[in-house]
Amino acid sequence: MKIYLDHAATTYVKPQVLSAMMPYFTEHYGNPGGVHSYSRTAKAALDDARAKVAAVIGAQSDEIYFTAGGSESDNLCIRGIAKANAERKGKHIITTNIEHHAVLHTCEALEKEGYEVTYLSVDGMGKVTAEQVRDAIRPDTVLVTIMFANNEIGTIEPIREIGAVCKEKGVFFHTDAVQAFGSVPIDVKEMNIDALSISGHKLYGPKGIGAMYVRRGLRMAQVLTGGAQERNRRPGTENIPGIVGLGEAAKLAHETMEQNAKQLTELRNYLIDGVLSRIPFSRLNGSREDRLPNNASFCFEFVEGEGLLLMLDLKGIAAASGSACTSGSLDPSHVLLAIGLPHEIAHGSLRLTLGTDTTREDIDYVLETLPPIVERLRMMSPLYNVRKDV
Amino acid sequence: MYSEKVMDHFMNPRNVGEIEGANGVGEVGNAQCGDIMRIYLKIDENEVVKDVGFMTYGCGAAIATSSMATELVKGKTVDEALKLSNAAVMEALDGLPPAKVHCSVLAEEAIKAAIDDYKSKK
Repeated sequence: MKIYLDHAATTYVKPQVLSAMMPYFTEHYGNPGGVHSYSRTAKAALDDARAKVAAVIGAQSDEIYFTAGGSESDNLCIRGIAKANAERKGKHIITTNIEHHAVLHTCEALEKEGYEVTYLSVDGMGKVTAEQVRDAIRPDTVLVTIMFANNEIGTIEPIREIGAVCKEKGVFFHTDAVQAFGSVPIDVKEMNIDALSISGHKLYGPKGIGAMYVRRGLRMAQVLTGGAQERNRRPGTENIPGIVGLGEAAKLAHETMEQNAKQLTELRNYLIDGVLSRIPFSRLNGSREDRLPNNASFCFEFVEGEGLLLMLDLKGIAAASGSACTSGSLDPSHVLLAIGLPHEIAHGSLRLTLGTDTTREDIDYVLETLPPIVERLRMMSPLYNVRKDV
Repeated sequence: MYSEKVMDHFMNPRNVGEIEGANGVGEVGNAQCGDIMRIYLKIDENEVVKDVGFMTYGCGAAIATSSMATELVKGKTVDEALKLSNAAVMEALDGLPPAKVHCSVLAEEAIKAAIDDYKSKK
């Protein structure tokens, strides 16, 4: 039995996506920058993919720029908007303390360049409010960058409300939508989003490809220098197979979004209820209601996440954790700490992220396999004994 | 990333649990860092480790190094057990990833803490 429940980390490439890409490796390999027939074929594919990505979020085709991935989009958007508008607006940026490192570390790098950054705290569900954003906006605020949905705990932020505040205050608004794109409805016009980051490999597209939406007319400084590809915003010969793959994956996700969300939410709730009822001293991380359809994030007291992952893996279940041992640092995930969890509870986190192929049988297997694993680790844990003695 | 030996000691840990009549107990680490090791020793009148047990909260390497350390001191004299080094624990496990070396240090320290406890009570 092999069950992959780490779709928030990455997904496989769907067969129809791969087959759409294949001709662009071997047959239609032209550089879209040329004039001959090879180039024209590549250029047509580029335009087609751009339209498909734009359609998912209610954007115009010419507002979509292809990049090498979500992190690159975050970098280009945040640096590009901050730098082009600093003189006119100021050097103050607002973000949250649960952003992806691509956003957090970019903001930290800008601090070293003289920008000031306000890191808004989230509540116990991982949410920030539009009121917090309003209160933090200053005359010199140039940009608000707040993620659409969190990659670890699945909480969806009140993007529409934040967008309205930013519009009212005349501050640019970027959102990292890497987890949300193609998974929940996004309308950049209605939500007043000025810039948005997208990644290909979270929605059954290939790795190494992403996109950014940038509202028409928004000024952006050139971060990477080179050729004039992507209208000077992302130089370098276009990754046409990747772009075709992202376009196809976006179209597929868009067409099946409603049905997928319904199916995933049902399965996810079945998983959450099953885990919480079967395992004592467990908790759900993140909002129950405003939550990505495929995300289930838990903490189990008295155990450490890496041990859980190893034992689950031996039973064929691929999962993720935000423990120190899996985050590659001494501290557990900054997101789990930001929602107020003490270190020792954050170390016992487990993230299960479902995919469109996940079945009820898969979840039943998890519900059967996980409780004895937690119990086994607890029986070895000196913390568990202390608690039982009390 | 882990050797077969580490995985074996993680999946089938030796000497798990509190032991009856332990006369030396040592605990190192803290929950905040994500590792706690508690070692129980039963040392006889000839200063020989007759029995040993452990309770560990931590990652796979923390559990495996605890298990291996208990194996390495079982049947040894107190003086021999005091010489247990983290390098010896690592070697016995066919190595650890660099980020996990501190687990073997904790195992060495936990054994020493348990012996210190035994000596202090003598």
